[in-house]
Amino acid sequence: MSGKVLVAGGGVICGIGLHLDACLGSFASMRPGMAPMQYLRSVHKDTFPVAEVKADNDTLAQMAGLPKHTSRTALLSMIAAKAAWESTGLGYLTNYRAGFISANTVGGMDKTEDFMNEFLPDNAKGHLRGVVNHECGAVTELVADALGVKHHVSTISTACSSAANALMYGSRLIKNGIVDVVIAGGTDALTRFTLNGFNTLMILDQQKCRPFDDTRTGLNLGEGAGYVVLVSEAVAAKLPNGAWCSLSGYANANDAYHQTASSPEGTGNYLAMKGALEMSGVAASEVAYINLHGTGTQNNDVSEGTAIVKLFGQDVPPASSTKSFTGHTLGASGGIEAVFSALAVKEGIIYPNAQFTTRMKELPFSPVTTFSTGNDLPHVMSNSFGFGGNCSSVIFSR
Amino acid sequence: MKAYIQGAGCISPQETAAGGPFLESVKSYEGNRLAVADPDYKQWIDIKMIRRMSRVIKMGVGASQLSLQDAGITMPDAIITGTAYGCLADTSVFLNKMVTQQEEMLTPTAFIQSTHNTVAGQIALMLGCHAYNNTFVHRAFSFENALLDSMMILQEGNAKHILTGGLDEITDHSHTILSRFGLFRNSISNSADLLQTPGEGTINGEGSAFFVLSSEKGNAVTEMQTPATLYKPSGAVETAVFIKEYLGDVMPDVVISGRSGNADEDMVMGALERKLFPGKAIAGFKHLSGEYPTASAFATWLGHNIIRTQQVPEAVLLSGTAPSAIKNVLIINQYQGTHYSLLLLKAC
Repeated sequence: MSGKVLVAGGGVICGIGLHLDACLGSFASMRPGMAPMQYLRSVHKDTFPVAEVKADNDTLAQMAGLPKHTSRTALLSMIAAKAAWESTGLGYLTNYRAGFISANTVGGMDKTEDFMNEFLPDNAKGHLRGVVNHECGAVTELVADALGVKHHVSTISTACSSAANALMYGSRLIKNGIVDVVIAGGTDALTRFTLNGFNTLMILDQQKCRPFDDTRTGLNLGEGAGYVVLVSEAVAAKLPNGAWCSLSGYANANDAYHQTASSPEGTGNYLAMKGALEMSGVAASEVAYINLHGTGTQNNDVSEGTAIVKLFGQDVPPASSTKSFTGHTLGASGGIEAVFSALAVKEGIIYPNAQFTTRMKELPFSPVTTFSTGNDLPHVMSNSFGFGGNCSSVIFSR
Repeated sequence: MKAYIQGAGCISPQETAAGGPFLESVKSYEGNRLAVADPDYKQWIDIKMIRRMSRVIKMGVGASQLSLQDAGITMPDAIITGTAYGCLADTSVFLNKMVTQQEEMLTPTAFIQSTHNTVAGQIALMLGCHAYNNTFVHRAFSFENALLDSMMILQEGNAKHILTGGLDEITDHSHTILSRFGLFRNSISNSADLLQTPGEGTINGEGSAFFVLSSEKGNAVTEMQTPATLYKPSGAVETAVFIKEYLGDVMPDVVISGRSGNADEDMVMGALERKLFPGKAIAGFKHLSGEYPTASAFATWLGHNIIRTQQVPEAVLLSGTAPSAIKNVLIINQYQGTHYSLLLLKAC
């Protein structure tokens, strides 16, 4: 096991843009993606704003080059994974020993929900096409097949931290010489299943979410996909425009406190961030920007913030939650935010935290509220925490 | 890479959790659906919690406890699970209510327990384990990926014991839907004969097998090599090359074959076995576990116990004879002809 793992590129599709440049435009002009539902059919349509990808399935299918009936989860995945690979300039993916490690939380649930309408009254009914790709892994394979990746295909599902764990596993595969290139990240489409699930937990905000704000009352769900391309040093040497940055550290820890809630002191969050710093060999004071998990729930933000203060002291680096723009994209969030964070190192970008007005009374810091580029960002941390106590943190370095 | 199996625990349609002699007698079933033989979960789980837990959570917690007890440890340095379907029963409960109640008056418990990482999270919660925790959900590679992740982490040197498991459950809905895909026989009178009578389809199975893996030998009797996976091979030639490259100079004494009773799949497996391992002892296992994406975890439990006891139980031997000293056991699993995996176990 040896060598560095570098980020050769990245691709995103989410509620603030169909591609990475569009997302940057939305950040720069402070345009969050939350709006009334246009594509998801739900009785809660007028109650909860969501950050939908602004395109119907037919349009997405065309962009992805996949059939129209494909799960939206796979369509989003394909679009972002393809964009990620193309951003590297490495030519044909099939020329490499490649892996596709994609996270998601509910697979082809968008189609399963429709199937159930017919199946539940009569279990001989319902078109099987609606459930054939229900499994999380089936969604990954649809995209792996379309990309032509065969060497190592895998799916990870650890709720909201899923995609960050895909980056870790992908990095380990490269370090152990199992593959040379990995497209790693996650995807999730909005579904009635997740919308109603989060609604039963009473953590959905009826307005735009306000992460790390004293007035926050919950999260907004979003959808999308985000992937970074991780490569070995040997492959990085072939990059026409060089690597974006390195994936210098990562750690995964469990809060072991409650199936859905974070411990008040943020034990798992602290252990994940601390472990990532130790692996990267970076001092807390050298981290120049933190892309927060920052869901906007009472519980997450106080736990995450408390853990950050414990680790960074009173000198907390600039930090923001891009979920204030994209909503919480669940299994995709760690991937989308990895792309934003890796690009932050490359371009010196600090992303704004939208809808912020009031500092949390428990914390000595406020999130950054303006977009800026050209900052000196040698190390950027990205946090992903979730159900099951799963906490992960990754660090990108110049 | 390699790892030593320090402990193993298995809950399956056989009496694998009861602690009796290794597969001395086997349970045979009628129909096309096997269900796990539930141990008394109260020995590990508070009765109030048992009531809220779905079967897959119980069998996950149970098998993980059996493997920890077997290893003589209480706190692993990582918990990694593989499950293709995840928590199907809770998913189904929430989904049904959501559809039938038109998204109104729903309660959170089933949703909370529906995420694929529920079992790994629940184990961490019960053990108070803050260490690395991951869940792979990639069809018939879920358990293999969990093993690979475990080995890579052991290799890094910071973790000494990793709790790794593979598990899946059947629900009424999943059985109905998978049956409509034509995966299973209509019915068979004796599941123990499944592999002797190949036909159209297999039988549905479920189960949970956990292992405590370590980089240190300790009292271990079984050493595990890095698993390998082959996705959608172009044909039997590619599969044969895959197996040969994996083995190198090693010739297994026993091959545990992923025959499923489905004639098309078993024809491919049979040809590979005859070509690569003529005269060797070939064992089957899906007549005992049923077919499911993480059945290779059951096969790993079987292989480990073949090495531990130095015998191939009559109930699993399909052909050939095992030597008196069994050193190498190769598991060749296949799932629906699209997912092949290899795992070499060695006596140590």
